[in-house]
Amino acid sequence: MAVDGSLVGRAFPPTRPYRVTDEKVREFAAATGVSWESGDPVPATFPIVLAFDAMNAFLDDVQVELSRIVHGEQKFSYARPIAPGDVLVATLSVASLRQIGGNDIIGTVSEITDDSGAVVCTTSATLVHRAAEVA
Amino acid sequence: MTLEAGAELAPKTYPVTRASLVRYAGASGDFNPIHWSDRIATAVGLPGVIAHGMFTMALVARAVSEWTDGAEVVDFGAKFTNPVLVPDDDEGTSVTVSGTVKSVEDGLATIALTVVSGDQKVLGMPKVSVRV
Repeated sequence: MAVDGSLVGRAFPPTRPYRVTDEKVREFAAATGVSWESGDPVPATFPIVLAFDAMNAFLDDVQVELSRIVHGEQKFSYARPIAPGDVLVATLSVASLRQIGGNDIIGTVSEITDDSGAVVCTTSATLVHRAAEVA
Repeated sequence: MTLEAGAELAPKTYPVTRASLVRYAGASGDFNPIHWSDRIATAVGLPGVIAHGMFTMALVARAVSEWTDGAEVVDFGAKFTNPVLVPDDDEGTSVTVSGTVKSVEDGLATIALTVVSGDQKVLGMPKVSVRV
């Protein structure tokens, strides 16, 4: 099933506020083999935890199965480093949509903002929605 | 370390096993079954379980942090051009990250990266800018 082209430009509701904690950052860093101590910089790809949450809500909304999604591209632009204590939300919007070879190529942008409303990180993702094989 | 234009950054190699993927799935919240189930991965046309693209990017961020002593990352991006296939055995596979400092100006160092698994490049145009 192709994704509806009228989605382009649509913004989805912000994710539930997420409090960044030392424990979560330590767990995330440990998953990449890094021993993280309080005060160390938060790993650069940590905002994906929020962006992924926003993407899951988006996929649910458009009724796309996660297992049919392959990641095409990801970019992060940081306004400031994330730190434990931050309370963040991600707001996803659909930037582009095209079809290539039966696959949907979905461009999304998620703005990650803090509890003052300031943008902390903008991250864009290209999601490849793989078409089901024709039997 | 001091980053100078043209400097080659020593390659870093990190192991990637099925256990790494399970652990990353839990830590990141990305439970896409193509990263842990051969049955589902092959059903959607993949050769087998593949690493999360974001796990590979996290390893790249680790290399950058090690090279730059934790410098603040300002921009970071990559295309996922080839999947990192992770066999279900004790050894798994590995990802090797190397980099070249392209420029240092206006307080930012830009590093062009090369990221391979086996002898195949897995990321397209991976690039990072850090504050120096």
